[in-house]
Order: sequence, then structure tokens, then C-alpha cells
Amino acid sequence: MSAPQAGGSASDAMAAALAAFVAREEGLAPERVRAANLRRLAGGASREIWSVDLAIERDGRVDALPLVVRKDPAGRVGDGGDRGVERGVLRAAFAGGVPVPRPRWGTSDASVLGAPFFLMDRVEGETLPQRLLREERYAATRAGMAAELGAILAKIHALDLASPDLAGVARPPAGVAPARAELAKTAQAIRDLAVEPHPVLELAERWLAQRAPEPPRIALVHGDYRVGNAIFDERGVRAILDWELVHVGDPIEDLGWLCTRAWRFGSPLPAGGVGTREQLALAYEQASGTKVDREALRFWEAFGSFKVALVFVMQSRVYLDGRVRSIELASLGRRTVEAEDALLRFLRGEE
Amino acid sequence: MNDRPNATELLAAVERFLEETAVPALDGPAKYHARVAANVVRIVARELATEDAHGAREWEGLAALLGDAPKPAARDALHAAIHARNEELVRRIRAGDADAGPWRDALLAHLSRVVADKLDVAKPPREKR
Repeated sequence: MSAPQAGGSASDAMAAALAAFVAREEGLAPERVRAANLRRLAGGASREIWSVDLAIERDGRVDALPLVVRKDPAGRVGDGGDRGVERGVLRAAFAGGVPVPRPRWGTSDASVLGAPFFLMDRVEGETLPQRLLREERYAATRAGMAAELGAILAKIHALDLASPDLAGVARPPAGVAPARAELAKTAQAIRDLAVEPHPVLELAERWLAQRAPEPPRIALVHGDYRVGNAIFDERGVRAILDWELVHVGDPIEDLGWLCTRAWRFGSPLPAGGVGTREQLALAYEQASGTKVDREALRFWEAFGSFKVALVFVMQSRVYLDGRVRSIELASLGRRTVEAEDALLRFLRGEE
Repeated sequence: MNDRPNATELLAAVERFLEETAVPALDGPAKYHARVAANVVRIVARELATEDAHGAREWEGLAALLGDAPKPAARDALHAAIHARNEELVRRIRAGDADAGPWRDALLAHLSRVVADKLDVAKPPREKR
């Protein structure tokens, strides 16, 4: 959690620029739009997230809009995805009935805020998995969440890939199953980045290669669909966030990633720490009208741990190369073994 | 020999300082990073306590899979030798030697032991599942 930044002249200027931008987009006089309470929420080096309240005065009434600004860091295009693509995906998802923050205005013109950005509605609620899994007030949310996440996923996977809003989304290479393409890419990245031999990851790669599924259909894949990337409250899931890794691929990838051991946060329940694989799969099947190939689900769950291993290898490499001297990055290399442990359970035939 | 406190006793002092003084005194990201630092100190302490036993076990497992070799006595030399033998293991896996059969079973048993040892260092027992 990062602390909110104190207001200053820089954020005053940003608030004024935002208000002026929205006034222009709406064809209103500049004084009709006011921005207040701008503050930095979170975000890493590749993107910024701000909270802001807009007041839009029109036809004698004032609309108050609690919003979020998603912005690349000034001076460069972030590597955390493209804000234009993200806004298009949110537009398609919102129109398709997926619970997402409603996207509002945005631009790829860096002259407004120093980098591309867009505005979306601010959804109230909680995202921390530890709260979801431990706090009594979320008991009902937990009980229904695996089924709810399955049904929402069915809506995401039903979005029309021909929609102009999804034109910029990455597509899988032609002529090769998405599972094979993802496996090859991840295995190569591990080989390129790991400073030590990893026999477990080598064995896992061969196990995965023998089981890479040929999907009956391709769909819009969220790419990071898990507890921690959903806003929830006492009534259930309010919004699905973090669409930076969205791509076209095998829809079962999202179901498998949700079941990956790293995203159970210590809970014994495999589906996001909140339910069983069957609760998730059955809710998805009912909502989508398609069957979930359980062997494909097993592949994608195991592949999830393979990808988690890459993330830890990658982060520790950033530390070892001296690019970022953070204690947190330094500690992450020792978590690679958690992903290896998860993979060994598949290799021994226990999962 | 260095004087007492020894390395383990000094690390315990660093951990106590981080948990009892630094964490309560700090806020925001620094507080979080002080907690991470205390955890890193605990990892190092567990590694110091288990390093020789774990190294010996991994070496014996590799020798059983790849054939006997003289075991280096010095710690750094043993690390380098284990690294080299793990590279050999990776070559054998890539060649398909571990795709099926008794060698695969022996390899899985060895890797499971090594991963369990690494988990013992990386995570305290109550966090393991």
C-alpha cells in the first residue's frame, strides 16, 4: 500500500488540466467542469492510478462523478499495456454486461497530462485477498464468489472479438495452439533470465508440452483473472480490474490462472481461495453454455505456476543485475521454490 | 574464530531491532519494507542453520542419479559442483531421459526432497501448505 501523495502545485495543475480536458470533450465552457481531491492511489513504475472527483455543471444541474485516472508515467509509454487498448476493452466489457468500472474520457495525446490516460468510474469496495479470506463480514461473498467469478468469466469470453473496441488486443500466432505459444514463450523467458539451473522447471515444461490443449474456441482472455484483481463488498463482486494482460487465447487459461496455487493466499480452496474447481467450472458451463475440458483446466492451472516461477525469476534478476535495489525484489527469488513445489504436485500426479 | 556473538546471534539482534523498533516507528512503504527485511533476516538465519545438511543431501541425491564424484570439502566449491551437476541434470531431462521409467521416479523423489529443504529455508513451517 502506498500512501496518498500530499497535494501540491503539480497535482493542482494536473487537476486543472483534467477539468479542462473533460470540458473540451463535452463541449462545455471551461468553468463548467471542476476537479477536486486528486490523489495518487497506487501503481508501479509502469503506470499511475489517481483518484479524482469531477463536478460537471450542465443545464442548471451539477453531476458529481467519483473517478479514477489510469495514466502512463510522464515522458514514456508504459510497459504495462496500452491505455488506449485498455479503454477499448473496458468499453466492450461494460457494454457486454461485465462488471467493470465504466470507462469515460481519455486520450493518447501526451500533451494533456504528459502521457496517455483515461478516466473511469471509481467503484467502492475492497480488493485485498487477505480481507476477503479472513473477515467475517465477507462470509457471504466468499461462499458465492467461485460461482460468481465463473459466471462473470463466461460474459468476458462471450465478447465479440470482431468489435472495433477490441481491434488492438494481442492475437495468438497463427497455426499454433495458444497453450503451445504461451508455453514456448514462458519457457524461453525462464531460460534467458534464470541464473541457476532449474531441473523442476525443465521437467514441468516437458509435462506441460505433452498436455497442451487444442482449444475448441478462442476468446478474449483477461490474462490476470484472480482474487486481488476484483473489487468486492459484502454483496459480492463489484468490478473486475487490471486488464493490462488482456489477449486473445484459450478461454480456459483464465479459469486455470484463478486456480493457480499462488492465488489461494494460503486457503485450502483451489478456486481463488474461495471455492472448488467444480463450483467454478459448473458456474462457467451454466453461464456460457460450453463445456470446460477438465484436462485443459488442469494444464492451465499447472501452467499458471510455471508462469509464477517466471515472475519470481524475473523479479530477482532485476535485483541481481542491480537495476532496482529494493529489499522486496531481493526477497522474491526465494519464492521461486513455492512455484516449483506447486509444479511437483502435478508431476507426482497428486493434482 | 570470531568472538561471540556469532553470526546467528547477531542476526537475531538485527531481526529484533527490525520487528520491535523499526516496524513500529515507520509508516507506509518503509514499514512494509522493514517487515520484508525482518523476514529476509529469518531466511538467512534458517539457511545458516541448515546449509551444510541440505548441501550434503542434495549432493548425495545428485550422486545417486548421475554417478559418484568426489565431494568438494569447501562450501563454495560444493556450491559450484552442485550447480554443475544440476546443469547436467537439466541436459539429461532435455534429452528425454526423465520422460518415463525408474530414473524419472528417482529424479522426482530427489527433486521433492530438495524443494522441501528449500521451502524449509524460504518459509517458516506455519506458512507452508
